[in-house]
Amino acid sequence: MTTTTAPRRTALYQSHKLLGGKIVDFHGWELPVQFESILKEHGAVRGRCGLFDVSHMGQVFVTGSDALAFLQKVNANDISRIGPGKAVYSHLPNEKGGVVDDVIVSCLAKDRYLVVVNAATADKDFAWFKNHARGLDVSLENKSDFFGMVAVQGPKAAEVVMFLAPKALALPRFGAMELMLYGLPSFITRTGYTGEDGFEFIVPNEIVVRVWEDLLAQGRSLGAKPCGLGARDTLRLEAGYLLYGEDLDDEHSTCEANYGWVVKLDKGDFIGRDVLARQKKEGVRRRLTGVRLLERGVPRSGAAVLVEGREAGKLCSATYSPTLAAGIGVGYLDRPDLAAGTKAAVVLHGREVQAEIVKVPFYQSPHLKKGA
Amino acid sequence: MFDPKSLRFMKSHEWLRLEGDAGTVGISDHAQKEITDVVFVEPPKVGRVVKQGEACCVVESVKAAFDIYAPVSGEIVAANADVVKDPALVNGGPYDKGWLFKIKASSPAEASKLMDHAAYEQFLLAEAAHGSH
Repeated sequence: MTTTTAPRRTALYQSHKLLGGKIVDFHGWELPVQFESILKEHGAVRGRCGLFDVSHMGQVFVTGSDALAFLQKVNANDISRIGPGKAVYSHLPNEKGGVVDDVIVSCLAKDRYLVVVNAATADKDFAWFKNHARGLDVSLENKSDFFGMVAVQGPKAAEVVMFLAPKALALPRFGAMELMLYGLPSFITRTGYTGEDGFEFIVPNEIVVRVWEDLLAQGRSLGAKPCGLGARDTLRLEAGYLLYGEDLDDEHSTCEANYGWVVKLDKGDFIGRDVLARQKKEGVRRRLTGVRLLERGVPRSGAAVLVEGREAGKLCSATYSPTLAAGIGVGYLDRPDLAAGTKAAVVLHGREVQAEIVKVPFYQSPHLKKGA
Repeated sequence: MFDPKSLRFMKSHEWLRLEGDAGTVGISDHAQKEITDVVFVEPPKVGRVVKQGEACCVVESVKAAFDIYAPVSGEIVAANADVVKDPALVNGGPYDKGWLFKIKASSPAEASKLMDHAAYEQFLLAEAAHGSH
């Protein structure tokens, strides 16, 4: 898909340029792919801390007496399980069981929620929400242009945010809070996209630069680095997180993506429930499956995966894993029940490179408790 | 380490050191900085015969794969096993331990088509001025 609109810049664009960020176009946004080195930035997050500009992400506020009923209808996860101060990862299914977007829903009050959506899908999601809010007492506000967002990720994240937002230290994993920063209403969630402990600051655009600079100044003494989209991608793939548009779309379901745990059938009706219930009961014909190279090489998106000499699917996300020092990737394979350890091959530059099926996540941080 | 001033360069950023018909090939310091974090090198097979400008080696970063072109025609006579084991050598010493392969040039005069160091520096400046990336 091509777009003719001019690329958009976040409030931190000039900060990135001054820090030597290498700017690329990411779904219509000019963002740094790296500052110094993807490997160094990746290592900073796994070992200490990294700061990410994720201002391209969108924010939709859902308020009203039917806010929960509305969110239950459009989400696969059970939003009633989070009360004020908690957040949850969820998928927005369509009628076919495909996924409109993957989101994080924070409960701010029992009639007020914040949904953080992907950049490329923000407008699509908002239209989808409006369509499904008809007849409900719910107000929807797309505040994506008003808020910027900074992610602080890594085992030292809590120490980095301590001075700017000491109250955030009390947040549990997937906790959410509303607070004033520089006199302006802001939000912090203890969430992230790296597989490490971390916080995401959602703040009005006029203070994003101050928040970023404060966090970076505090972080530098603890070994924190500014990080780009390159490290964000290697970190999230190691941690087994999905990238919407690559691993997940309107045609692939939550169950096929191997995220069946997100689907809570016992919560009552919701869009796509019938298809997802059937897939949970009868299984799926294709499944997003982890592959790890046993030889040197860097797998890329689009590479064919062979199982028993036959192409079982193609990788949709793949990279060199800095932590494992090996090539890793995920792809929808038409062999949904392959056991970890099954031998496979990935075709790279016309050559079959030996690989094996592995469990996802590829990497679990020793700093983060399992299942957190 | 080779003195960069003694090398010839391609527009695709390979360098060639030629002594008689014995050539050594690598990528320039500019190229390694642009690629950053080399994580994989697949050198050409020894014995392969290549033409000038033919893709014969792959250097990969975390984000992308880069074809490396033969600066002159000839036969590949050695591949650097050290950069296969430790691809970061390409970043650490592009004119030194990070060389990629050696080639026996079949017509060494082809090297005259390549840029000398001063011309390559001018080429880089012109590229930067055009804002190409």
